[in-house]
Amino acid sequence: MDVKKRETTDWLLKQLFKAIGLITIVLLGGIFMMLIYNSIAFFAKVNPVDFFTGYQWDPGSVDGNYSILPLLASTGLVAAGSMLIAVPLGIFTAAFLSEFAPGKLQAVLKPVIEMLAAIPSVAIGFLGIVLVGPGIAKLFGIQNGLNALNGSVLLAVMALPTIITISEDAINAVPKTYREASLALGADKWATLFQVTLPAALPGLIAAVMLGLGRALGETMTVLMATGNASAMPGGFLDSIRTITATIAIEMGEVPYQTTHYFALFAIAAVLFLITLAINFLGEYFANSLRKFQA
Amino acid sequence: MDQIKLSAHSLNLYFGQKQILKNINIDFPKNQVTSLIGPSGCGKSTLLRCFNRMHDLSSDAKIEGSIKLDDLDIYDKKNSVTEIRKRIGMVFQKPNPLPKSIYENMSYALNIHQFPKNEIQKLIESALKESYLWEEVKDELKKPAVKLSGGQQQRLCIARTTVLRPEVILMDEPCSALDPISTRKIEELIVSLKKDYTIVIVTHNMQQAQRISDKVAFMYLGELVEFGNCQDVFQNPQNELTKNYVGGHFG
Repeated sequence: MDVKKRETTDWLLKQLFKAIGLITIVLLGGIFMMLIYNSIAFFAKVNPVDFFTGYQWDPGSVDGNYSILPLLASTGLVAAGSMLIAVPLGIFTAAFLSEFAPGKLQAVLKPVIEMLAAIPSVAIGFLGIVLVGPGIAKLFGIQNGLNALNGSVLLAVMALPTIITISEDAINAVPKTYREASLALGADKWATLFQVTLPAALPGLIAAVMLGLGRALGETMTVLMATGNASAMPGGFLDSIRTITATIAIEMGEVPYQTTHYFALFAIAAVLFLITLAINFLGEYFANSLRKFQA
Repeated sequence: MDQIKLSAHSLNLYFGQKQILKNINIDFPKNQVTSLIGPSGCGKSTLLRCFNRMHDLSSDAKIEGSIKLDDLDIYDKKNSVTEIRKRIGMVFQKPNPLPKSIYENMSYALNIHQFPKNEIQKLIESALKESYLWEEVKDELKKPAVKLSGGQQQRLCIARTTVLRPEVILMDEPCSALDPISTRKIEELIVSLKKDYTIVIVTHNMQQAQRISDKVAFMYLGELVEFGNCQDVFQNPQNELTKNYVGGHFG
């Protein structure tokens, strides 16, 4: 093959790979544009102030109430609850895995935890309906276990693999010399973990929590199945709720094309998109600061 | 006769199947500097890490024999490893300040061992003065320790060890990551510290061993080949291996 031909192939392949790489960006941009475009159509019909301050999501009513607040509150409540459960559990599991677990146990636990991420969300939702929900109902002596708490427990299970895996990487990345320094000064393993290793791993731990939170916010099927489907403003963890994701999933199939209601679903999707985007950026930012610290 | 501070008796160490230390018997005299020398892989650092039980961290290390600090058997299960490490401090090859401020690096161990709060400030100041670091850092104790120069970091690590008033200080090639000027400062520091502490130092640098040691131990392939006064080992080695090593024929 002569040089000219080789250079041409080289150039062609380079452009091909570049194009493939750019597809992701085009996709992300396209989705964002679609959401914004349809949201603008929505806000042409409904006052944004009503959208962000009203108390009711009731597209079926005569005058149509389109307030994102009860849905946003539901999403926030269930995600915050899941983090309250998953963050301590995840970080301590990661700390146990990397600092205390004997080699054999580690070899078994790690793949099992990663397998947790492979369970389809619909199966987890099922678990919520037949097991966790009734359990919660019995525990608190209430009629209906399909509520925010149920969703939080299930989302915690789903966010755990992410949080554990990334936290463990962060803890492992803390130089061994730090631990040696602490131990050689006569600190025990616990003092070393809480006062040296975990603080040093903090940027990575924050990244882990952010990515876990992103997972919890975006999850649809589980919360749709297991949180009771009530789009009223929630008063607490024992109320039934309906998240942004569940609302879109339920209503999109039945809504007439290009009505206010149709556009409204795009608007709430855009809000969710912006929230998860912000959280992902934060997570990336902290993960990067960890990488700097490793160097 | 020198008073013996730290000693190893019939010490064998294995990593898995491989024997790293072979029947080591050695006595470290009090308030003297003893250098462990020998080619790479001879077991100097491994031996050093036996004295503060750092091998507890690796599950495949197996140790036989005994190590005594005065009359205390440090591998006796009754004795707490944290208490032993408080009495036998260690300085590592690469300066390893904790990712905290200078002050917190110094106060860390004091808090761990529950020294009275009102004494901490004073203890830190005197330990930093002992390491000739006080004048350089007294106005910026809140600064992250990693912002110090390599030599300053290593002196901080030494001060962080001495602030606990240990009895023995183990040093694992403390100058190998430092420039000549910092090295000289650390060597002067080591010599000045021996009035209060018993020092065991691993070094690759033969000149350094001659400059600072009272005793020298030459190790080869996991065995203690020769042990004696610094002058004797360097001027008049008894063993052929030692003669070749200190004469620069291998290593």
